Amino acid sequence: MSTPLIDKYVQAFLETLLMVSVSAVIAIVTGLLLAVVLTVTAAKSLYPRPRFNKALSITINVFRAVPFIILLVALLPVTRFLVGTTLGTWAAVVPLSINLIPFYARIAQVSLNDVDPGLIEAARAMGCRRWHIVRHVLLPEALPGIIGGMTVSVIAMINASAMAGAVGAGGLGDLAIRYGYERYETRVMFEVIVVLVALVSLIQFAGEWLARRVDHKR
Amino acid sequence: MTEPLKGGPAQAVPHIVFDRVHKQYPGPGGPVTALEALSFEVRRGEVFGIIGRSGAGKSTLLRTINRLEDATGGRVSVDGVEVNHLDEDGLVALRRRIGMIFQHFNLLSAKTVRENVALPLKVAGVKPAEAAQRVDALLDLVGLRDKADTYPAKLSGGQKQRVGIARALVHQPEVLLCDEATSALDPETTQSILTLLSDINRSLGLTVVLITHDMAVIREVCDRVLVLDQGRLVELGEVWRVFGQPQADATRALLRPLQHDLPADLLAALVPDLQGRPGQAVISLACAGESLPHGLPLQALAALGPGATLLHGGLDRIRGHAQGRLLLSVPASGFHIDNARAALGADRLEILGYVHATD
Repeated sequence: MSTPLIDKYVQAFLETLLMVSVSAVIAIVTGLLLAVVLTVTAAKSLYPRPRFNKALSITINVFRAVPFIILLVALLPVTRFLVGTTLGTWAAVVPLSINLIPFYARIAQVSLNDVDPGLIEAARAMGCRRWHIVRHVLLPEALPGIIGGMTVSVIAMINASAMAGAVGAGGLGDLAIRYGYERYETRVMFEVIVVLVALVSLIQFAGEWLARRVDHKR
Repeated sequence: MTEPLKGGPAQAVPHIVFDRVHKQYPGPGGPVTALEALSFEVRRGEVFGIIGRSGAGKSTLLRTINRLEDATGGRVSVDGVEVNHLDEDGLVALRRRIGMIFQHFNLLSAKTVRENVALPLKVAGVKPAEAAQRVDALLDLVGLRDKADTYPAKLSGGQKQRVGIARALVHQPEVLLCDEATSALDPETTQSILTLLSDINRSLGLTVVLITHDMAVIREVCDRVLVLDQGRLVELGEVWRVFGQPQADATRALLRPLQHDLPADLLAALVPDLQGRPGQAVISLACAGESLPHGLPLQALAALGPGATLLHGGLDRIRGHAQGRLLLSVPASGFHIDNARAALGADRLEILGYVHATD
């Protein structure tokens, strides 16, 4: 393997890492926030706002329904407004984040909804204010699921980042497509896939370990 | 917001008052009534039991005291504070004076025992040093100091309920609400939790309001009992009185498992009269506490004659009153019910039937 090719691998790896980590932080923070809002504004929850809840829920569904490759193109004006360009690694961060926010919001919402209503009742009975309940009951009790959902989301995002090659974002997926698929250099494609498998396994392993560490339910 | 009255002058203010409390839920076929015009009072420092079958409205009733449930009519007041009219601040203040424990304990799985007990103090802004001191004192009280850094999942049911009790007491409340607190526990653990609740009631002068479907729990710890049936109050009074002379059918039904009814084998052998043949009279001797507060003198039993035999039964002591029922047989010949009634009390003795002598 020639040195320039190794450089390409390293560069692609770093691009993927940058794209995915920045987008993941944005998507997970925003998604979790939306999940909390969805959970607490539901009817009979802490801050019941059924109409707002419905509207938010529908919006999330719309974003989830749009295929990523279409979102990538549709969001071009937004990307240009936010990043100043529609090309490159940073430009890919916008569609990647927006693609993942609703996905992660739904996953986190499931964990939040799974918190035993008895715990919320106990917290109310002990004189907790509503935001205390979010802070001390809902979030900590749902944490194992929230972390598990992060693992799933980050891996899904690595997958989606391959398509971000379409906006010239680079990254491992882009390398595999351009060299391996389009130039029939099967070896490059396989090598990239091996790197991706290693990356995905590592994230999966780390995520499971962390989720186990914060789970005291057993 | 009205400040709660502590100590002295509060004695004059009624403690927990229900005044025509009404609760309706919207149901698929129109509103469902859960509580119907309930009026009663809980006295300071007593252990007050609420019993009823499942669906009788016990749980709803208990929750109107700290407004986990809103009453749809009437009013509930605690030490003169009207619970229905409180804003969020007032409600938080009220709930810090009313501890609550639950059937399924409701401990936070992500927090250790110590953090669980400390949470009510933490959210109230109590300084960590002071909070730690109070938490340790309570863990000593419930006997779980050595489990302070354990997570609830590693504890047994009884230990979890002890943590629940410690958490409920951490604000030094005046009232403790118990929601089927022993229903998920085995009999031995139930006993130890009930003993702990009695101790707390005595040593801290805390008012305890508990709901249960188990009459044995009421008998064990309560001073007074309210029987709830389909959202209505059907009976209210001292436990020994209600147990001794239940007035409502619902009460009698709930008491049945505890009563010493005639065993099936005896019932099968029972005949209405002996028609001149030799045999025994089977009599029931009830002890409802009031007329013989100190128990049943054996000497009085001597009035039944030399052949009297104990068949079945038992006496319980409820808050210093003997209560129960004994089934005896006496030789039918020479037994005079009137003599026995004169010795033992007229309304306590009843002839259930006769059995023929076996050869």
